Amino acid sequence: MPVSATISAAPIADLALRCVNLHRHLGHDEGRVHVLKGVSFEARRGQVYAIVGPSGCGKSTLLYLLGLLDQPDEGEIEINGRLMSNTDDAARTAARGEHIGFVFQFHFLMLEFTALENVMMPMRKLGRLSPAAMEERARSLLDSVGLGDKAHRLGTHLSGGEQQRVAVARALANQPTILLADEPTGNLDVKNSGIVFDLLTRLAKDHGQAVVLVTHNPEIAQRCDVTRPMRDGVFV
Amino acid sequence: MSPNLRIAFRFLTAKKRAMLMSLACTVLGVGLFVVTQATTSGFEQFFIRTMLGTSGALRIEDKIQDTMRSMEAASGSDFQIRQNEGVKYIEGVEEPQAIMEAVRQFANVNAASAVLRGNVQLSSSFKTEPAQVFGIVLADHLRVSDLERKITTPRGLERFQDSPSGAMIGRVLADRLQLSAGDPFVIIVRGESRRYRVAAIYETGVRDIDKTNVYLDLVEARSLLKKPTGVTLIQISLKDPNRAREDAMHMTEVLRHSVKPWQEREKEWLEVFRALRISTAITVTVFTLIASLAMFNTLAMIVIEKTKDIAILRSMGYERNDITQIFLWQAAIVLAIGAVLGALFGAGVTWAVSQVPMRINTLFKTETFIVSWDASHYVQAIVTALIMVMIASLIPARRAARLEPGDIVRGTAQ
Repeated sequence: MPVSATISAAPIADLALRCVNLHRHLGHDEGRVHVLKGVSFEARRGQVYAIVGPSGCGKSTLLYLLGLLDQPDEGEIEINGRLMSNTDDAARTAARGEHIGFVFQFHFLMLEFTALENVMMPMRKLGRLSPAAMEERARSLLDSVGLGDKAHRLGTHLSGGEQQRVAVARALANQPTILLADEPTGNLDVKNSGIVFDLLTRLAKDHGQAVVLVTHNPEIAQRCDVTRPMRDGVFV
Repeated sequence: MSPNLRIAFRFLTAKKRAMLMSLACTVLGVGLFVVTQATTSGFEQFFIRTMLGTSGALRIEDKIQDTMRSMEAASGSDFQIRQNEGVKYIEGVEEPQAIMEAVRQFANVNAASAVLRGNVQLSSSFKTEPAQVFGIVLADHLRVSDLERKITTPRGLERFQDSPSGAMIGRVLADRLQLSAGDPFVIIVRGESRRYRVAAIYETGVRDIDKTNVYLDLVEARSLLKKPTGVTLIQISLKDPNRAREDAMHMTEVLRHSVKPWQEREKEWLEVFRALRISTAITVTVFTLIASLAMFNTLAMIVIEKTKDIAILRSMGYERNDITQIFLWQAAIVLAIGAVLGALFGAGVTWAVSQVPMRINTLFKTETFIVSWDASHYVQAIVTALIMVMIASLIPARRAARLEPGDIVRGTAQ
C-alpha cells in the first residue's frame, strides 16, 4: 500500500537524494510564476517514489531540479550527500552522467542511432568501461528490457513502447543511484505502461536505486512505495 | 572514434540533402579559389618569366653624380649659386668591365652582360623600319637572358658567332622587312649605311622587343655606333629575382650608378596584375563566403532540429564543450571532404582551362590559356575555407551548447 511520506530521519548511507526548501520561478516580468514554493523531499535507495498532482502544480519542474537539469532560485539539493545546487555547470553535468538516469515522457531516443548505440551513449561519455564491456552491458540491459533481439534496430524502427524500454535501459547504463522518470508511461497504452513500470521498479529494486517518477496515472502511483501529492508548488 | 565524432557523423548522414548542399558549396569555394589563383597568377608569372628572360632582373644604366647644392662666388662675397638638392645622372656606363667585376661580387648575382644600344634604320629590298641595335658579347648575354631558347632558325647562334656581319633580328621585324635567315639587309645610322646578314631570327613573344631589337656583336656595334668605349647598360640576372629591390639599392649605393630592379622597370604592368589579383581575391572571398553561409545555414537548421537530442546528451552527462565539438566536428567533416574534392575539382578545372586555345602576341606570346600550378594556391584555398567555415560554424555550435536542457525538456527553449 502506498504511504505519504515526509522528510524522514533515514540513514545517511541510504539517502540518494535530498532537497530542502526549493523555490523556483518560471517566466519573466508579468508572466513570472512562483512554481515551487519551498519544497523539501528525499529519496532512499531501493525505493520507488511517485510525485502526483494536477498539471502545472510543479511536479516536472521539481524533477528537473532534482536531476540537475535546472537550477533552483533558492534551496539546496544533495546528491549522494554532496551539495549540488550551488555548483557550476560542469560539476552538475558530471553528476548527471555518473549518478542520475533519466526517462522522459516522449522517449527521447536519438533516432539516428540503433537501440544498442543509444544504450551505449552514456557509457561512452563516462568512459569507465572498455568498448567491448560497454557493448556487453548494453546488450545485457536490452535483454533485461526484452529487446535483446532488436539491439541493432534504429530508433525509428521501434514502437513507442519499445523506444521507452530502450530509454529505461539507457537510463540504467551507468548504474546511477537515482532514476528520474517524467511521466514514463504517459505516452503508452495500458499494456506497455505496465511493462515499463514493472521494468523500472524491478531493475531499481535489483540494483538498489532510488526511483522518482512523476505521473498522472493513479494505478501507477498506487504501486509505488511512496506517493507525494503536490498542489500549487508544495507537497500536500 | 570519439563519442562526439561518432555523433557528429551520424547527425550529418541523417541530413544528407542539406549536407550535400554545404559540401557542394565548399567544393565550389575551394575549387574556384584554386582556379582563379591558377589563372591569375599564371599570366603574371609568365609575364615575369618572359620579362626576366629578355630584360634581366637588374639593369645598370646611368652613372650618378651628386649635384652641388650651393657655391659661393668668392670668400667674403654674398653672391651664391644654389641648386635643388638631388643627383645628376650621366648617361651610360663608362667603365663596364670594372662595374661588371664589382657586380659579380654580389652573392645573389648570377651573371652580367654589357649592352651598347643605339637607334638605327633597318632597310631591306622591301622596306625600311626603325630599330634599335643591341651590341652584346654573346656568351655573356646568353647567361643573362633566355635568348638562346627564343631562336627559331636552326644553327642561328653559330652563324651569329662565326660572322661579324651576322645579326639577330626579331620575328616581327623580319616579317615586316620580309627577311629570312641568310638574307642581306642594311643598317643606316647617321647617314652611314652598313651591310649585314640575318644570322638568326628570334621570337620572345614580346611584340615591342620582336619588332625593334637587333642584336650585333659588341665590337661591331661599337664600330657602327661610333662608341669605342663605355656601354649603354649592364643587364644582370639574379639567382633570386625576388631580392632584386634590395640588391638594386645596395648596388646603387656601392657602384654609384642607377640600378633599376625589374619590379620598378615593369611597375605599370605589375600594377595591372596586382589590381587583377585583388579583383579575383574579392570574387574568391565571395565564393568561400557562400560556402560558409551554406554551412552556417545547415548547422543552424540541425541545431533547431536536434534540440531534443542536445537535451538528451546533456542529461546523460555530455558537457557544453561536447555539444560545441559535435557541431564543429560536423563542419570539420564537411570541410575535410570539401577540401579534398575541391582541390581535385580545382585541379581538374585548371587543367581544362590550360587547354583552352588563346592566342596572345603582345605583352607576351602564348597559344593557350596560361595557368600556374602552385601548391600554395591549394593551401590558401583550404585555409581560407577553413577559417570562414569554422567561424560560421562556431555561431550555431555555441548556440547549441548554450541551450539549457531543462528548458528544452520543458519545451521552452528559445
